Amino acid sequence: MKATANHISKVKHYAAQRSIRVTEKTLESVGRLKTAMTDIANFFLFVSATFKAMFSRDFEFREFMRQCYVIGNRTLPLISVTGIIMGLVLTIQSRPVLIKFGAVSMLPSMVAISLIREMGPMVTSLICAGKIGSGIGAELGSMKVTEQIDAMEVSSTHPMRFLVVTRVLACIFMIPLLILYADALGIFGSWVGVNIKGDVNIVLFFSQAFSSVEFIDFIPAFIKSFFFGAVIGFVGSYKGYNAGKGTESVGRAANSSVVIASLILIIVDMVAVQITDMIPS
Amino acid sequence: MTSQGTISKKQDTKTANEEVVTIRDLKISFGEQQVLNDFNMELHNGENLAILGKSGSGKSVLIKCMVRLLKADAGMIHILGKDVNALKSRELDELRQKIGFLFQSGALYDSMTVRQNIEFPLRRVKKGIKDKDINDKVMEVLENVGLTEAIDKMPSELSGGMRKRISLARTIAVDPSIMLYDEPTTGLDPVTSKEISLLINDIQEKYKTSSIIITHDMECVRYTANRIIMLKDGAVFMNGPLEQFEQSDDPVIKSFFDSARQTIK
Repeated sequence: MKATANHISKVKHYAAQRSIRVTEKTLESVGRLKTAMTDIANFFLFVSATFKAMFSRDFEFREFMRQCYVIGNRTLPLISVTGIIMGLVLTIQSRPVLIKFGAVSMLPSMVAISLIREMGPMVTSLICAGKIGSGIGAELGSMKVTEQIDAMEVSSTHPMRFLVVTRVLACIFMIPLLILYADALGIFGSWVGVNIKGDVNIVLFFSQAFSSVEFIDFIPAFIKSFFFGAVIGFVGSYKGYNAGKGTESVGRAANSSVVIASLILIIVDMVAVQITDMIPS
Repeated sequence: MTSQGTISKKQDTKTANEEVVTIRDLKISFGEQQVLNDFNMELHNGENLAILGKSGSGKSVLIKCMVRLLKADAGMIHILGKDVNALKSRELDELRQKIGFLFQSGALYDSMTVRQNIEFPLRRVKKGIKDKDINDKVMEVLENVGLTEAIDKMPSELSGGMRKRISLARTIAVDPSIMLYDEPTTGLDPVTSKEISLLINDIQEKYKTSSIIITHDMECVRYTANRIIMLKDGAVFMNGPLEQFEQSDDPVIKSFFDSARQTIK
């Protein structure tokens, strides 16, 4: 009898401990969810404040031009190499398959359409998220930590206008241009790939590549590249502008700028592909 | 025309006893920690007020509330007759232009030269100002802080004391009437600390500013302060001139001043 009572008490104790552990884990998850939701809400507030600052009277044109130069100049070598390799690899990989189906003459068009519709925008913007997004996150993060943003704020010089609006707009304008540049170099890389095992004239290759490309291939990809630019600019600026205290938070801001921007880019791309698919060809 | 000029001059001229800053029952907390609790103070026109207190006692939080970098939970802050917590964005901008804030780190914009640092607020606050006037103003404030030769240097090329001076130059370039100094001499050697303290007095004389100086440095207090407020547990522990503090038998005040004396020795 006594042994049974002892056993019941042990079971009760175990159940209570288990229940406490489950409750703690649930509360922890709820807390994490709450933080994530607050972060999302703050991001949208940040975006709306940026738009408000964007349409105010005193636009920082000089700083905008400087940011365009910095973003373009900083990324150009990386995009050049990636663009060429992208076209080259795509050609080398798909050539044997196309030969098997007797459709090797379709190679230039296939590469051009793949690059223009999907690979060019996606790969270029992911690289830009890594290079530009982390740069913006780290730069604004270190300005936040060293009180430079506060110094602008207290002197009524509007850091949103000077730091955020200029960077976001520079991303929106420069990333589509970088994507077009990467597309062109990708097709050039494809020509190089074809010429490893054959001899094709560059003019003939390019005319064949563009013979099947239509506006419906080009326009949606070009439009979505503006959204890609906005995502990189907004996420990098938000993470940097809201960095915490200490040098550690600068690294965290740069890192999360890349991770979150890349994730959003993939989601935006998925939505864009769905919308494009609905357009009758 | 003359009478209008006289009226505006009369309005601009503040009497020495006029309160330029009034704070009543200020409360601010971060989570569970109550940083300021029913804090009260006033700053008179032309006065240099030093605020002392242990690290983490809420001194920097106080001046950040004054420029609304932080928003207080409760209480009233009146600066130059304006209720800081009730101001709209544009009114807050106007008020902030009259307040100079010297950050502990200097907060120089590290992607800009010294000249660009000083020009930055000038071009944005004083709209329509001519390039020649900007240049004259930059030279004037650099002469006042004794660093004209650093005009084309980057902040990374400057020493700690020079950074503080340039930061001060940038702050006074827009002619503020109230200066807030956040630990102006922290991290500097005694000679440079003395130079910065004397510079604070020079600025006050030349620009007729009223100042709040947040500091631990007793030498800085001795050189600059007309009055001292000691903060403890988020409220005013003692308020008065330096002599009153030095003669006090209160163990908290004594221990603060004794440890400061030992540091100086």
